[in-house]
Amino acid sequence: MLEAIGLKSAEELFDSIPQDLLLKRPLNTPAALSEIELLNRFERMGGRNAGARRPSFLGGGAYSHYIPTIVDHIISRSEFFTAYTPYQPEISQGTLQTIFEFQTLVCQLTGMEVANASMYDGSTALAEAVLMAERVTRRSKVIASTSVHPQYLEVVQTYVQHAGIDLEVVPFDAQTGQSSAALANAIDDHTAALVVQSPNFFGCVEDLSALADAAHEKGALLVVAITEAMSLGLLKSPGACGADIVVAEGQSFGVPLSFGGPYVGLFATREKYARQIPGRLVGEAYDKNGRRGFVLTLATREQHIRREKATSNICTNEGLIALAATVYLETMGRRGIQEAAHQCLQKAAYAARLIASLEGFSLPFSGPRFNEFVVRGPLDAAELLSRLGKVKGIEGGIPLWRFFSDRPNDFLVCVTEINSRDEIDALVEGLSEVSNW
Amino acid sequence: MTDGITKVTSHTSPNEQLIFERSQQGRIGYRLPALDVEASPLDDLLPQEFQRDDDLEGMPEVSEVDVIRHFVRISTWNYSIDIGMYPLGSCTMKYNSRLNERVARIAEFANVHPLTAEHDAQGALQVIYELEQHLAEITGLPGVSLQPAAGAHGEMTGIMIIRAFLDARDGAAASGRRTMLIPDSAHGTNPASAHLSGFSVKTIRSTSEGLTDLDHLRELCSHGDVAGLMLTNPNTLGLFERNIKQICDIVHEARGLVYMDGANMNALVGIARPGDMGVDVIHLNLHKTFSTPHGGGGPGSGPCCCTSELEPFLPVPRIVKTDWTVGEPTFKLEYDRPKSIGRVKAFFGNYGMMLRALAYILTHGNDGLREATEAAVLNARYIANGLTSDYDKPFNSPPMHEVVFTDKRQSRKGVHTLDIAKRLIDYGFHPMTIYFPLIVQGAMLIEPTESVGRQELDQFIAAMRSIANEALEDPELVRNAPHSTRIGRLDEAAAARKPVLRWKP
Repeated sequence: MLEAIGLKSAEELFDSIPQDLLLKRPLNTPAALSEIELLNRFERMGGRNAGARRPSFLGGGAYSHYIPTIVDHIISRSEFFTAYTPYQPEISQGTLQTIFEFQTLVCQLTGMEVANASMYDGSTALAEAVLMAERVTRRSKVIASTSVHPQYLEVVQTYVQHAGIDLEVVPFDAQTGQSSAALANAIDDHTAALVVQSPNFFGCVEDLSALADAAHEKGALLVVAITEAMSLGLLKSPGACGADIVVAEGQSFGVPLSFGGPYVGLFATREKYARQIPGRLVGEAYDKNGRRGFVLTLATREQHIRREKATSNICTNEGLIALAATVYLETMGRRGIQEAAHQCLQKAAYAARLIASLEGFSLPFSGPRFNEFVVRGPLDAAELLSRLGKVKGIEGGIPLWRFFSDRPNDFLVCVTEINSRDEIDALVEGLSEVSNW
Repeated sequence: MTDGITKVTSHTSPNEQLIFERSQQGRIGYRLPALDVEASPLDDLLPQEFQRDDDLEGMPEVSEVDVIRHFVRISTWNYSIDIGMYPLGSCTMKYNSRLNERVARIAEFANVHPLTAEHDAQGALQVIYELEQHLAEITGLPGVSLQPAAGAHGEMTGIMIIRAFLDARDGAAASGRRTMLIPDSAHGTNPASAHLSGFSVKTIRSTSEGLTDLDHLRELCSHGDVAGLMLTNPNTLGLFERNIKQICDIVHEARGLVYMDGANMNALVGIARPGDMGVDVIHLNLHKTFSTPHGGGGPGSGPCCCTSELEPFLPVPRIVKTDWTVGEPTFKLEYDRPKSIGRVKAFFGNYGMMLRALAYILTHGNDGLREATEAAVLNARYIANGLTSDYDKPFNSPPMHEVVFTDKRQSRKGVHTLDIAKRLIDYGFHPMTIYFPLIVQGAMLIEPTESVGRQELDQFIAAMRSIANEALEDPELVRNAPHSTRIGRLDEAAAARKPVLRWKP
């Protein structure tokens, strides 16, 4: 082939690179491994993830739910996972129709009117929602409750730091674990958006209808974030409560934990704001013979057309993970989502009841909850949970001191439909035992 | 000339509906174990006003086989790399190894929770650490963060790092330094990312050779307001910016920094390193250069690599190796980096993509990484050579990993780039990138990658030459393409005028 293009050596392919810039040595990365060696190596490293093999009660933005077998089967099809962004609709209808169904499902679950083709994850979707609220209202103040996932707030802070947006965080109510009355009082005529999460970081359900009223009274938008999307199977939808923008982490819908990613951000809003949405949108279209198909649409919002005036810089999103969520939601269907959500609620209530009855343990927050709750133990939570892991082989929860240094004994427990009663009972007994050392 | 080309794309299952249109009340495709704890009355657990009251109306009710058939049918309407060559310029559609998929599905990685205590997730942290080390070596830039979720996210991270560095270096005086220079051939994400970081954009002209105009660069750098330059190298015309060192010097003398868009890094791996060229910060696309699957539009992963001077500004947390004496190394997360731009994503980034990229690096080995680069460039050269007799090539310089042609000759017959692209579908190929870069009228940007052999390259060239011939002899045939797909060209203008963005009963 070199000969066919008139070259003598592979080096000549790089003649346009000045000599002094060429790397004149082999890369200092390892020599090639065979398939067997590679798998051994990763299996060995995987063996150092003790946490992955234990019964787990970890939530806090990433959840263990049952994943029907067909989800991985479908997303492993060549036609889906080795395709590119559907820029050529005639040979991308599989991807485009999937996204259209995904957008519809997101609207149905959130109670909103339009949804996009996905964002990177829940945290960046929230940041984009805040930027959109500023565009829509032309106001620059954003108020958020500290009961929003702390990492989500960090991401929002990073995104808004150069956008002329002032992010004000208001402490949550230490009795209920919900956002405080001070939150609504902080809204004024300069407020673009009120940002809350429900169920919030502590697992407490927020009174979204009241918060929507408070925001709308001052002409601000209510932005609702959801990390545990399974809650939508049971809780009144944010749309029905009056939310203006709803973002969610879609990982609960058929996506493995995978140490935090790739996940999928859901983004939904009111129809009147459709042209302010960040990211890709798929819409219905027809060919000249009247056959229905789907295309990427309203592209004039996007970076490849509008450049610095685009609604966002996002290009690649989470296509394949959106497909996983779509397959999951269609397989579980209307009744499956309801049943899974119901089981989460009941099992978490069961676990909370038993843990609260242990000597030295209490539940510090009184707000209504879905499948997560904060527990206050008799000793340092990190120490308690470390003992539980070592001795009982259970991942019992997330110590809150990582996020709230004034809560050394508090930890967050999450229970889902995959936690059997036996596992829950073992957790309760284990906590009792290791706290009495 | 068309010997060996078969016009094949035909879709076997043309009539699949939306899942909502297949839904039938009472159908179920799942089974959960029965609830094994005593159920409390719902109202006792959750106040009624917080309960959903729409019964999830409209959500599908289908069986498992309904779902399987639904997705398998619509999947046949997609083109994919596994079917054939996908020569999208600047998108780097290379083969996605099944082995990498298997690695990402190893249970101990797939099931590890991101908030697991560090000592119970050492393997997960080790993967991040090792991949960072390899990317540092490949780019020649020692500070690496894998947190950004895609290329544009990595760009934003890189530009925010530049901003934070300038603000720390110049204090209040930095407020006068808010101009980001971007060549007119750049990807649209560049200006959008610069805008997100609070910069205004000035555009640098390209020369008739397709390279950055140094005189224009000097002029733009002479006003004292330049924060930096965002440069793609090789640029989006597939040309190596051979003055890169000088370009970096000019920007550095103006006290700005150089950001390199690493979308085309697959032309350089093992051959040359941005860090050696004077570049300060770069993003990589693991889903391009390191072959993690594009998945129909993501997930990606957009690591950000920078000089040691910029390293303190990278997103938190950082993954560090601790001192150890016996056994395996240990890793921990560090949050206390006061100069950091902050967090750009929850948790650690698109971790599953990191596993795949590390597997790619380890299975290729250092030799294999270089060979992949050579093959990618060789293939692009071969196409450049094969098409020059039939298509207009706006720049003479030999291309690196991708080559741009135009429809100049064909448009005289009323056949345009879009038509050529659509006609290519009838020949069984995915079209190239079209109308990008914007500075080339009727651009067709072709990137074969290393994942095609000579036979397929010859077929592609034959198909393109056949289309050129058709454009002369039967332009209508080309203008009405594709002829072999389930649907024809869709009316995108009508779709945007009255958007229908969801199904309704």
